[in-house]
Amino acid sequence: MSTPSTTVGGRAGAPRARRAWWPGRAGHAFVAPYVVLLIAFGVVPTVYAIDFAFTDATGRFAGLANFTSAAADFRFVPAIGHVALYLLFWLVALVVLVVGLALLLHGLTARAADRTLRFLYYIPGALAGAASVMVWLFMLDPAVSPAGFLLRAFGLGTFPQVIAPGHLPILLAVIAFWTGAGGWIVVMYGALNTISTDVLEAARIDGAGPWQIARRIQIPLLRKWIVYMVILAFAVGTQLFVEPQLLSQASNGVAGRDYSPNQLSYDFAFQNNNVNTAAAVSVELLVVGLVVAGLFVARSGFFDAD
Amino acid sequence: MTVKVRADGARTSGRARRRAAFMALGSAFVLAAAAACGSGSGGTTGGTQGGFREAPQTAGPLTVWVDSTRLAAAQLYQKQHPTVKMDIVTYDGDANGSNYLQTKVSLFNRTRKGWPDVVFSTQNNEASWAVQAGFTAPLNKGLIPQSTLSGWAPNANAPCTVNGTLYCLRNDLSQTVLWYNAPLMKKWGYEVPKTWEGFEALGQKVAAQHPGYLVGSAGDSFTPEIYMWAGKCGANQITGSRSITVDTTSANCTRMASLLDTLVKNHTMTMSSVFSSDFDKNQADKILMLPGPAWFGGALFQGTFKTPAGQVAAAPMPQWSGDPNPTVGNVGGGTWLLSAHSAHIKPATDFLTWVTTANDYQGKVAPGYPAYASAARTWLANQTASHYYANDISGPLQTAAGQVWSGWGYGQFSQEAIWAATVTPGMTAGKTVVSLLPAWKTAIANYARADGYKVGP
Repeated sequence: MSTPSTTVGGRAGAPRARRAWWPGRAGHAFVAPYVVLLIAFGVVPTVYAIDFAFTDATGRFAGLANFTSAAADFRFVPAIGHVALYLLFWLVALVVLVVGLALLLHGLTARAADRTLRFLYYIPGALAGAASVMVWLFMLDPAVSPAGFLLRAFGLGTFPQVIAPGHLPILLAVIAFWTGAGGWIVVMYGALNTISTDVLEAARIDGAGPWQIARRIQIPLLRKWIVYMVILAFAVGTQLFVEPQLLSQASNGVAGRDYSPNQLSYDFAFQNNNVNTAAAVSVELLVVGLVVAGLFVARSGFFDAD
Repeated sequence: MTVKVRADGARTSGRARRRAAFMALGSAFVLAAAAACGSGSGGTTGGTQGGFREAPQTAGPLTVWVDSTRLAAAQLYQKQHPTVKMDIVTYDGDANGSNYLQTKVSLFNRTRKGWPDVVFSTQNNEASWAVQAGFTAPLNKGLIPQSTLSGWAPNANAPCTVNGTLYCLRNDLSQTVLWYNAPLMKKWGYEVPKTWEGFEALGQKVAAQHPGYLVGSAGDSFTPEIYMWAGKCGANQITGSRSITVDTTSANCTRMASLLDTLVKNHTMTMSSVFSSDFDKNQADKILMLPGPAWFGGALFQGTFKTPAGQVAAAPMPQWSGDPNPTVGNVGGGTWLLSAHSAHIKPATDFLTWVTTANDYQGKVAPGYPAYASAARTWLANQTASHYYANDISGPLQTAAGQVWSGWGYGQFSQEAIWAATVTPGMTAGKTVVSLLPAWKTAIANYARADGYKVGP
């Protein structure tokens, strides 16, 4: 008696129970590979680095010794200064120009021009990081650069003059903008398209010009996207490596050697044979990135549902 | 050195120990493990006699790392010795400060496996870190007979020698000579200068009579090795295994620096690197004289600039007037290293000996001036037979090979990189070399300390 009823109840109840037990399983299946890779190439190396940062070469707990030895190195403070200056140029340029260009692009009425420009902006982003820096090594050499006349107009006749130490923050920001901004312009453009045309129409009827629409409607609605861009750009910027490293190799060490903390970490590990101090520098970069991201998220209400 | 190797050896067992200690929390256990580490690493470093403990020998293939230029050497050896099993790997040769070899060796030291048996490096200061990392095997303690080793040009293996023990073999020499355009010198009625004072005076004359023409280049990272080294400016001396002294403001340094300043100022010495597109495009056909290493002849004039035959000639480097001991500088010159971890010491040593001394490769095929003297004679005869040069370059090159000044220290830090990052940008910004000498000194001391050297007065 009870057996059939249990069977029936079981049969009917089973799918419902499974759904309740594991609701978004399709979503989880999609996320799972990412989580596996994140653990393998993100979490495990991070834990490994933290482990190294607090131990010495023999594996004994070293307290903050690795952090103090990194800070005491003659290259450390200049490297922080270099990256801070670079970030200033790069983040300001990114926010102002990306938002500005996205707004202009969105305001274009000619669809063909709009599509062409979007494609043009995106092209540099399609080049892999190192390859796009290689392009700039040619761009910055007045002897072979298509823009050589421009460089010479600034009084920069030779490659060593172009890459003088004082020019590096701006040069690196220009390279980073060229390689990275196109993708963000396209993202911002997409975000602008989500703003309801009714809202814009209403503003226009109320007599708002393009400037007021941008300032009072579009930019406030883009805020979360801008914050997202700044968080990622900040993390990428503090980890500056490929640009100065390639520049250093191309100039035979004249510019870009030990320029950023990330390069310093690399040098500690592989030139000075000091993996623990290298790990300490990388942990510092991680902490700075996390703190800044935390501040931006908290101040902007990034995760608030509208 | 021994201490550092011991630390490396202790690292793996130390990690395992720490994990166990977390669970057991026994201090006695820690002590016992530490003692075990100490004795274990004592075994891996061997005695302090300079010998080393060989890894268990096996019959597997000989792993050889070479750069693309030296690939021909490994392939020729394989062809002549078909019974030797070889695994030839090409890599960047550690060139241009890539540090590839050091990076890999430090990773192999962590995993305790993977080291190649024999490595070619384009750098000549590899011994400075490779000995410390426990990677290179001592060669003059029984592996290679002294009768063979005495065949190298005098001082050729100095960069490979640490505390009297030889840790690598020099592939080629890069002694500097004075390259010049023979027909042009003759046409303008100039004498090839024998002294630095004469060199400077001729530079002044060229600036006045033939502006645009060059007597040298000061724009390369190896500028200090051509001028400062040859002019006996010993910017740094290695005084012990981990101690150095730095002096960039001695009389010889200052007078060479002011010579460079004079010639840079009157534009007879360019600030462009001889390998830059700017130089190739605008200045390569304006060379009257160019002090530089032996390989300038083939690699630069013949290969890069495509200077026609019958123009380029070589003369001995200028000397300070009244100096009875002629000396020259040196720019690079690759080295061969034998791994102390090799499980094929015998075939590896055979290959190493062949590749550095055999006439078949060094004398007839090698692009650079062989460090092994008898191969160098064959090589020079071949160069003369090519009729590319305007004079017989064998005399100046052969003499210079024995005159490389021994007062220039081969540290773990790269002298080229330090000059490039410190002095070159200042010169580009219009500062004089003389005014940059103190900054050069500070930079050398800083980089030396970062590599663990004690910097003396």
